[in-house]
Amino acid sequence: MIIQALAFYLFAAVMVAAAAMVISARNPVHSVLFLILAFFNAAGLFVLMGAEFLAMILVVVYVGAVAVLFLFVVMMLDVDFAALRQGFLRYLPVGGAIGLILLAELVLVVGAWVASPEAAVGPIVPIPDPARVTNTHALGRILYTRYVFVFQGAGLVLLVAMIGAIVLTLRERVGVRRQVVADQIRRTRAESVELVDAPKRGGV
Amino acid sequence: MNGQLTTMLSEYLPILIFIGIAGGLALVLVLASLIAGRQKPDSEKLSAYECGFEAFDDARRKFDVRFYLVAILFIIFDLEVAFLFPWAVTLGEIGMFGFWSMVVFLGVLTVGFIYEWKKGALEWE
Repeated sequence: MIIQALAFYLFAAVMVAAAAMVISARNPVHSVLFLILAFFNAAGLFVLMGAEFLAMILVVVYVGAVAVLFLFVVMMLDVDFAALRQGFLRYLPVGGAIGLILLAELVLVVGAWVASPEAAVGPIVPIPDPARVTNTHALGRILYTRYVFVFQGAGLVLLVAMIGAIVLTLRERVGVRRQVVADQIRRTRAESVELVDAPKRGGV
Repeated sequence: MNGQLTTMLSEYLPILIFIGIAGGLALVLVLASLIAGRQKPDSEKLSAYECGFEAFDDARRKFDVRFYLVAILFIIFDLEVAFLFPWAVTLGEIGMFGFWSMVVFLGVLTVGFIYEWKKGALEWE
C-alpha cells in the first residue's frame, strides 16, 4: 500500500513537472520529448488506477504515433522561435490582460458549477470486479454492443481523418519515372529488340 | 475490490523496480562522467563535429509533407488495431451483434484504405 502511494506521488510529480516543461522549454523538440515523458507517467497513473488497457494504449498510440507526428510537425514548421519571442515585453500587457479575463471567466464558470443529481447515482453499467474480469474484457463487453454508435462514430472520424490527410497533402509529382509492372510484362520482343544489318566499317 | 487491485498492482512491482534501476543507472552513468571525468572545455571541443567539415546550416529545415502523410496513416491503422483487442477478447460474449458491429467498423476503414491505395498515397517514388 505504501509502495502504491509512493508510486502515485512519483508519477504525479514527474508528470506535472514534465507538463510544466512542455510549455516552458525553449527548444520545441525538447517540449515534445517532455510531452512523451508526461505520457509515460500518465500511463503509470492509469496502471495504478487499474486501467491496464488504457495505459498500454496510451503508450502505444500516444507515445508511438502521436508524439512522432508532433516531432514531424515541429520539425516541419521551421519556425524561428527566437524571432517569435522578440516582441515579448511589448505584447505582455495585452496578452496578460486577455489571460486575466479568461481566468476570471473560468473561475466564474467553475464557481457556479453544480453537479447534476443524476451523476451521483453511479455508472449505467456496473463496474465489474477487477479480480474476475480484466480491464480489456470489461471494455469489450460494452464497447461494441451498448456503445455501438459511439464506436461507429469513431470509425467515421478515422475515415474522415484519412481522407482529409490524403486530400490535403497528396500531390501529383511530374517528371517521376514510376515502375509499372504491367507495362514491363506486356512488352513484346517486337517492340523492344531490333536487328540492324550494319554495313562493314560503317557503324550503325 | 481494493484488495484485488493491490494483487493486480503487485504484478507490476517488478516493472517498477526495473524502471527504478534503469533510471538510477542512467543517472549514475551521466553524473559519474560529469564528476569523475576531467572537464576542460574549449571552443574547438564544444563546436559541432560533422565529420571533418564545418556544419553548413541549421538542423531544423522543412522536409517533405509526405512523411506527415505516412505518419497519420500509421496512426489511423494503429487505432484500428487497438480497437480489435477488446473485441477479440470478448468475442464469445458479445454475440453476433458485436461481431457485425466490428465488421461494419472495419468496412468503413476499408473504404478509406481502398481510397488511399487508388489515390497512390502508399506509393513512394
